[in-house]
Amino acid sequence: MTDAKPVLHLDDIVKTFPGVRALDGVSFSVMPGEVHALMGENGAGKSTLMKVLGGIYQPDGGAIYMGNDKVVMAGPLEAKAKGIVFIHQELSLAEELSVAENIYLGELPRKRFGRVDWATLTERTDAILKKLNVGFDAKTRVGDLSIANQQMVEIARALTVDAKAVIFDEPTASLTDAEKVVLFDVISDLKSEGVGIIYISHRMEEIFKITDRISILRDGQYQGTVATADTDEEAVTQMMIGRTLDLSRNTSHHELGDVALEVRGLSCGKLYKDVSFEVRRGEVVGFYGLVGAGRTEIAETLFGLRDPSAGKILLDGEEVRIASPADAIARGISLVPEDRKGQGLVLGMNCRDNMTLPQVDDLKAGPFVAEGAEIAIFDQYRDRLDIRTPGWKQQVGNLSGGNQQKIVIGKWLSMHPNVLIVDEPTRGIDVGSKSEIHKLLRELAAQGYAVMVISSEMPEVLHVSDRIVAMYSGQIMRTFTSEEVTEDNLIQAISGIKSGQAA
Amino acid sequence: MATLTKQQIGSVLAKQGILIAFAVFIVAFTVANPKFLSVDNVFSVVRSSAILGVMALGVTFVVISGNLDLSVGSMMSFSTIVVLDLHDQIGPLLAIPAMFAMTMCLGAFIGFLVGYLRLNSLIVTLGMLSAIHGLTLTYSGGQNMDIADKEGTWFSVFGQGTALGIPVPIVIFAGLAALLGIVLAKTAFGRKVYAVGGNGTAATFSGIKRARTVFTCYVISAACVATAGLIQASRSLGSQNTVGQGLELEVLAAVILGGASLLGGAGTIFKTVIGVLILGFIQNGLLLMGLQFYVQFVVTWVIIILAVWLDIAAKRGKLWSPIA
Repeated sequence: MTDAKPVLHLDDIVKTFPGVRALDGVSFSVMPGEVHALMGENGAGKSTLMKVLGGIYQPDGGAIYMGNDKVVMAGPLEAKAKGIVFIHQELSLAEELSVAENIYLGELPRKRFGRVDWATLTERTDAILKKLNVGFDAKTRVGDLSIANQQMVEIARALTVDAKAVIFDEPTASLTDAEKVVLFDVISDLKSEGVGIIYISHRMEEIFKITDRISILRDGQYQGTVATADTDEEAVTQMMIGRTLDLSRNTSHHELGDVALEVRGLSCGKLYKDVSFEVRRGEVVGFYGLVGAGRTEIAETLFGLRDPSAGKILLDGEEVRIASPADAIARGISLVPEDRKGQGLVLGMNCRDNMTLPQVDDLKAGPFVAEGAEIAIFDQYRDRLDIRTPGWKQQVGNLSGGNQQKIVIGKWLSMHPNVLIVDEPTRGIDVGSKSEIHKLLRELAAQGYAVMVISSEMPEVLHVSDRIVAMYSGQIMRTFTSEEVTEDNLIQAISGIKSGQAA
Repeated sequence: MATLTKQQIGSVLAKQGILIAFAVFIVAFTVANPKFLSVDNVFSVVRSSAILGVMALGVTFVVISGNLDLSVGSMMSFSTIVVLDLHDQIGPLLAIPAMFAMTMCLGAFIGFLVGYLRLNSLIVTLGMLSAIHGLTLTYSGGQNMDIADKEGTWFSVFGQGTALGIPVPIVIFAGLAALLGIVLAKTAFGRKVYAVGGNGTAATFSGIKRARTVFTCYVISAACVATAGLIQASRSLGSQNTVGQGLELEVLAAVILGGASLLGGAGTIFKTVIGVLILGFIQNGLLLMGLQFYVQFVVTWVIIILAVWLDIAAKRGKLWSPIA
């Protein structure tokens, strides 16, 4: 690898937008057979850099080299033709078409008179799928696949061209632990074939597991490249955020108040069965489990979006029936939903309007919405959550993911709920914002809120929870206190391993 | 630097394109015919746009909430016929509220189907276009409707009167535009309309009652249609039962010309008013240029396509996008 030519070299790339220098002299290279991590907080310039590489933006300065040649990426198709392949965080598949049709979309093998050569298509596709070792075939409808398997289809698509460099953008954001293993196998196969890989992720444990080198961006500036073996999480974090990160586990417990929320024998069809738990004021209860374990569905029931088929919900000891989100909000329940773009925000609306949406009926000045009060609320939570935006008039769709999530959190905190439910609060968010949000959740508990945290990230659950509820396939397997929980017993519980039965 | 300037021009075009287009039309027509900008002509254009305009105000709410209303044309025929018929039977003082109530019931019915039953608004209102037309014909027995004593009724004030020298239809249009503009921009209800149209799921997750919001938009739209029917009836004091035929498309055209997104979540009352005026001035300008009335249908449509195209082009910074 020492005297090999880099497959891809970015030299002193500059990209400016009106008023912002998004990339300020960024250089780095990817060697053949290397997994190169690109890290940085949200807004550090990773996405912009990838868009320059993919031909979506043209750089204002600097050059891109492939091998010895200087190249210009005039557009996404040209980037692909040159062997640069993107696996995006957000999937771009046609759900109604088969796996094979998706993989060869636009390049379907033809017979005479333009008829599709289905036999060749299926054969080629199955060959690729075999290499990926997946459990579905060429004729499966893409809409019937899990998110993880859909991602495999995207990867299969990358394998049909002669890829020189493959860029993975947060590939594990919606994958379960088992699915990640498969993905990492694929990456190591690509690597052994001499493909250069750029791996963008916020998840430290993955970065240290699979990458060879790490390049770091901060505020559009290149901070340096380090060999993964020679560094550790703390050093990388420091380069990313310019300070050290608090990674200590939760040991502080607050004075517990009364039971704010109690659930007894709650069931909802096949989604979850006979679920019972309680959340006290001043307590953070973490819900950990695999995707599909029924955690989000419980949250949706508590927020009035689903009707339970059996069981009771008690708020402050009183049995209630929650018929709608409006009802839930009126009873002091707030839900920060899982999908911030689909469920949390109106992207075309400005920051202030999004934040005050649930209480717009209550903020009144005569017959009108009290805009002064709205701006005051926005300013308060912008400062408290450190939301970075030019002003409240900014459309939420223009903010980075972390700042969008903070708008959603601010929106629900400003309702001063009795029970706060947060579903995947830090998905796709940078390390700095993540630890801020964790700190915030602890603070909220200290102030007497009852907090439910649903998360698929074990460090997160361990970090914020006083107690952890482990779920498997719609049932609560076990509830741990933060003293008795270990990584092993938690993983066993969420895998449904009980009385010698293997997963 | 050159690209920066280009981007700035692009963003100005995207935000103010409709106003710029409006200014260009006015200048061009005035050069072609100096009479175009005379006080008389401007009044005449605005007055003849008032009926269309009043309907467009209501449809703006529906479109921003993410739905369509294609029934407004035949609903306007219904209001006109009903109020003319009731005028002679129970007198204008009772006829007007009765007609408003009946028209708003139709709006409520559509609102129920689209809001609460979650049926597709295109299908529902297209069906209602036909159904209300049938209802009007049944009501009138297929006959035209006329007021018996056209000279002796104060009912003509809404269409023919003036207030401080300004024609009453213009006063009604302006007043209603101001009122609904404030409702949409400044009240909690207006905010909910934008939220429901922008992202219905997120609105539900924020505790907004989506069905009720959509329902209210259709009732507002029907109230605007009733007002338009009142002006129409009062102006002519007699009417065919197809008087509103085809207006639904012109109304929609004015709303789109004003820049409201058919996907919902974007648009303002002020921009709709501009859209209505542009449409009115173009049609008037063509007449002044001596073109036949029928040419309007073609030219109007061409201009709408151009407006939508330039709007999209300004947003993506390219005139056309070969990839998509």
